[in-house]
Amino acid sequence: MQADKWLQPRDNGLYCIAADYYIDPTSEVANALITHGHADHAMGGHHNVVATVPTIAIMQTRYGEEMAQTVQALDYGASIKLGDPDDPVSCTFYPAGHILGSAQILLSYRGTRVVISGDYKRQPDPTCSPFEAIDCDVFITEATFALPVFKHPPIEQECEKLLHSLALFPERCHLVGVYALGKCQRMILGLRSLGYHQPIYLHGAQRRLCDLYQDHGIDLGQLTDVADVSDKSELAGQIVLAPPSALSDRWSRSLPEVRKAMASGWMQIRARAHQRQVELPLVVSDHCDWQALLTTINEINPGEVWITHGREDALLHQLTTQGVKARALSLIGYDEDATD
Amino acid sequence: MDAFSQLLQQLYFTSSNNEKSRLLRYYLANTADPDRGWAIAALAGTLKFEFFKRNAVKNLMLERVDPDLFAMSYDYVGEMSETVAHLWPDTTSNIELPGLADLIDQFRQANREQVKALLVHYLSGMTAEQRWSLLKLGTRGLRVGLSARSVKRILAEYGQVPVSEIETLWHALSPPYRELFDWLEGRADKPDITGAVTFHPVMLSHPLPDNSAERLTVSDWQVEYKYDGIRVQLVVTEQGKALYSRTGDDISESFPDVLSGVDECGVIDGELLIIHDGEIDSFNALQQRLNRKKPAKKLITQKPAGMVVYDLLTDGNQDITALSLTERRQRLEYWLSRAEARHLQLSPLLPVSNNKQLQQAYTDAAADPGVEGLMLKRKDSSYQPGRPSGQWFKWKREAQHLDAVIMYAQRGHGKRSSFYSDFTFGVWHDNTLLPIGKAYSGFTDEELKKLDNWVRRNAVGRFGPVREVKKELVVEVAFDAIHPSSRHKSGVALRFPRFHRIRWDKPASEADTLTNAKALIIT
Ligand SMILES: [Zn+2]
Ligand SMILES: [Zn+2]
Repeated sequence: MQADKWLQPRDNGLYCIAADYYIDPTSEVANALITHGHADHAMGGHHNVVATVPTIAIMQTRYGEEMAQTVQALDYGASIKLGDPDDPVSCTFYPAGHILGSAQILLSYRGTRVVISGDYKRQPDPTCSPFEAIDCDVFITEATFALPVFKHPPIEQECEKLLHSLALFPERCHLVGVYALGKCQRMILGLRSLGYHQPIYLHGAQRRLCDLYQDHGIDLGQLTDVADVSDKSELAGQIVLAPPSALSDRWSRSLPEVRKAMASGWMQIRARAHQRQVELPLVVSDHCDWQALLTTINEINPGEVWITHGREDALLHQLTTQGVKARALSLIGYDEDATD
Repeated sequence: MDAFSQLLQQLYFTSSNNEKSRLLRYYLANTADPDRGWAIAALAGTLKFEFFKRNAVKNLMLERVDPDLFAMSYDYVGEMSETVAHLWPDTTSNIELPGLADLIDQFRQANREQVKALLVHYLSGMTAEQRWSLLKLGTRGLRVGLSARSVKRILAEYGQVPVSEIETLWHALSPPYRELFDWLEGRADKPDITGAVTFHPVMLSHPLPDNSAERLTVSDWQVEYKYDGIRVQLVVTEQGKALYSRTGDDISESFPDVLSGVDECGVIDGELLIIHDGEIDSFNALQQRLNRKKPAKKLITQKPAGMVVYDLLTDGNQDITALSLTERRQRLEYWLSRAEARHLQLSPLLPVSNNKQLQQAYTDAAADPGVEGLMLKRKDSSYQPGRPSGQWFKWKREAQHLDAVIMYAQRGHGKRSSFYSDFTFGVWHDNTLLPIGKAYSGFTDEELKKLDNWVRRNAVGRFGPVREVKKELVVEVAFDAIHPSSRHKSGVALRFPRFHRIRWDKPASEADTLTNAKALIIT
């Protein structure tokens, strides 16, 4: 049966009519399938949640053990049946390569296969399983960085920049704005892979999720809370990771001669970096850049592409020009700045 | 070129002035002549030619990318050079780049077709950051948060000399500034510029703080009109003569009538105006002469330009900037009597001896359409380039206000390039809105974000970079004056319009009419 008959955008998000499940709903609903733990995809308060084990753990860390009334863990590759047992929707999770636990969701109903990819990327990331291309009739893609100006460099190159700056300005505390979930841990591993084994200092907001990653077997090396450093002058020439909002708030004033950096895909655009008064923009993204989006869609070669979450118009234009059937899903509630 | 590009990136993202100075001094110390001199020229805005036009860059880009994708990218990035820097197809191997001076030379010597080939060659072999640097350099659009004045200050720090010495020399020197570096690095004497026809940096005034007029000791101050013209500097030496704008642009060709018949040596500070046989015409009349590279004889006869002169920096060959204003004034009067030029008039001193008379002079000036208010200058002030505090004040007529409706919006530049920050507004006439001006200041950063958001949600059309918006938002605009103008469809032109208040609450239908606006014209 044609996908748009049983899977539709609603006010609360994408809704599977045949299963009575929402995917990444933006307000509280009865049944939710969650692709990954970022706040604009995973919220607390749903009745029943299906997600991967790490995603459930992330949600519980953020929203408490009671984040939903019932939770059901689903491993990559495993399937469950949803909706009417006599006319079920089959649901399978596959890795999305975005952050720890991130999943693409394959829904298959009466012979039609739809992949909801959530957020995803193709660059290597040691904190999560790599994206898998799944054969499908409809591929639903994000479009966060869907403009040809976006080109994400390898993370090593950006970590190199940070280390270079550290060598150039050894008296300055390098305060790096990173989102607490995913980007933070990936940056740490990026630095470690370049042989940086000093303690990395954390703003309080980064701690719980770093611990969670370590609990899932990802070794982040020595991490120290800034709060535990009594003499802040010791942070000269050190790396401090903090949420982007902390870059300009009073918290950072206790640090010695702060040099502000930020790791985000948006940092490629000068005005964006300027707005945040960032002196050292690091282009690090957990999404696909333009070329990766096109490559992925080519590789999957689905019957149809639905586009959401960002700059739908450019990708829609490109796919249409290439002769790929595509439409923009106008889902509301996703905040492009909330995660990247 | 790579070192220069790296310098630009670092300067661009550094906010502290000390840090910027450190970066630039490091570059100067580690870069040879003539590259570093050209870098200074690029940063200080003395690189006086374009390598290529923005449009040529755009066309080359459009040969390589889908036009719709280009438009969407440009709209998002908000700035052409950066859009092209990111969009240009990457090649696998980056090429060896020439030094900055070499690169400038290559572009300078190339004809139009060769320029294109050069541009393609370099863009294709460069990183995105280098591309951005080249495009900014080549279109003279370099803005890395470093003013020409800061560049001079840093040069002074570099050579450990007073910045005033650099200021005085500056306009007599040209890129790549070898003799300047020779002096700054102690290998040669200070360059000798006696008699050179060159711009001298001007002294500027501060707005008079509110309610401070009654507390002034009037006898300490020289009181003159503030003229509604263009500040200029007339330079006459044995080697020649020239007329400069207050930023140092040579505008001699546009105003040959100001220069003609003046042979008495000196550097004269004054106001450019249209003067018919001693009678000063309006700013609107002057506007017809502005931006005319070579005015026709007829226009010169109809709108003869002259100067109201108010200060003298050099008398003959002698620098008199260290003298007091009162002494300079005497010298000026004597200079003018020698010059015998009818189109040069002395700015009269207003006979004001107490605070009451000062207040009366201000009230009279406010009612006079020919002037903008008063100038108050300390009689003992020496002539100091820049804007020294407490020396000169302008006391302008109170701003006027109109409630106007936003009609079009455009993105700003530099830091504001991702925001809609330039607004065209209009007033009602026969049930339609007629544009009467443009404003891009007067709002806070917070308000700018709200305005930007409003534009995005209320755009109804697009003409290139310009967005037409729903005619729903009223702003109270403030401006210094309103004049009749034949060049605008509305028949009026505003002086220095800016936002005063955004009236989110006010329905557009209640905005002012053209009749209201015309009623504010002082005649
Ligand atoms: Zn995400
Ligand atoms: Zn997302």
